[in-house]
Amino acid sequence: MAQKNVAGPEIERLIQLLAKLPGLGPRSARRAALHLIKKKEQLLVPLAEAMGVAVREIGICSTCGTVDTSDPCTICSDPKRDRGLLVVVEDVADLWALERAGAVNARYHVLGGTLSPLDGIGPDDLNLASLIERCSSEGFSEVILAINATVEGQTTAHYIMDQLSDLDISVSRLAHGVPVGGELDYLDEGTLAQALKARTRV
Amino acid sequence: MVLTTRKHGESDIILEVMTLEHGRHLGLVRGGRSRRHRPVLQAGNELTLNWKARLSDHLGQFHIEPETLRVADLMTSSVGLTGLQHVAFLTRLLPERHPYPRLFHALGVVLDNLADPEAAAALVIRYELELLGDLGIGLDLTRCAATGTQEDLAYVSPKSARAVSRDAGRPYHDRLLPLPSFLLEGQRQQGSELTWADVRQGFELTSFFLDRHFQEHGLTESDTRGAFLNALERRYRQDFPWNF
Repeated sequence: MAQKNVAGPEIERLIQLLAKLPGLGPRSARRAALHLIKKKEQLLVPLAEAMGVAVREIGICSTCGTVDTSDPCTICSDPKRDRGLLVVVEDVADLWALERAGAVNARYHVLGGTLSPLDGIGPDDLNLASLIERCSSEGFSEVILAINATVEGQTTAHYIMDQLSDLDISVSRLAHGVPVGGELDYLDEGTLAQALKARTRV
Repeated sequence: MVLTTRKHGESDIILEVMTLEHGRHLGLVRGGRSRRHRPVLQAGNELTLNWKARLSDHLGQFHIEPETLRVADLMTSSVGLTGLQHVAFLTRLLPERHPYPRLFHALGVVLDNLADPEAAAALVIRYELELLGDLGIGLDLTRCAATGTQEDLAYVSPKSARAVSRDAGRPYHDRLLPLPSFLLEGQRQQGSELTWADVRQGFELTSFFLDRHFQEHGLTESDTRGAFLNALERRYRQDFPWNF
């Protein structure tokens, strides 16, 4: 039996759009829409305004490829960042994760994905040419490849290492091993083997 | 053995594997994008699989158990990673749900040796030959197509895919494909090293017939072979300059 619409097309459209967000299915989108409608002044109006501003202002940084409201982005134009250190990440989410950790005061380069020949993603589909260009012209002393420890991620890391091999830049990658709070018994054998290979003297 | 994974919704994946009894097989893995499953579901890893579906022609669901997690050893090897993607790409040429036990075992041997560039080159070429055989374009490298001799085989005919001896092929050598001696049974001496010229010739031979297969079936070729060859060439230059 076809389901009847219980609200006008505008509300149905709001529900349909919310259902496309990660983590939300049709039911939870319906609940979220109802919550927004109930809290119209406190939530819906400011959210709509913030989204309108986001649509107008947010763009991709022409230097590093991250998203921001200015070009060059806040990170690229920050004079307090180490000018000699560049961290290469797969995605903006990875950049945000590293910034949350606050472990490095470097500049970034967002690739926008990884090389995946099986899916037809080659070097031209990623932000790789601009990375090589930056490394040749901006005088970095070290490039840290903070790319996921997946087959595609590490293939991309090797590709970048080869491309940068002719430049006088030290290239490093993140260690693979035991996560903080991780118990050896629950780790997969591959991670354990990597952790043993990358052991450090204490 | 895991070949590829594709995202399905927010938390699931469609897993493509090569199995001993059912050949290339696909299935859904619920929660396949979870932290627990992600390290296991990397191409090249070996799993124990239990497949269930309501009807046999449905996609069905896999329940997975890790068996041999080889891919971690390949993470630091450019030859290993590109080789892994190349053999995964080649294996996907096979039809679904048809057993290829020889190819399955060969794939295991290739994956176990991918980190060693010399072994990887020879094994991937042999894997390509084995795969060509299963695709119906098997090369006959046992005897000369013209004279029947088993001695001094030096070429392969692009028309018949059969070996040709050096003497019989001499007048047509510019139209025949060179046959590197390491592909002939018992020709490679123990301890002898594979030269870069051998590797090139081996890949030129297999790629001629694979390219023909792609053209005949209207398939798009991936650049996995090019990436693997580049990685091999760099390692050969670096580690075996005397064989380059």
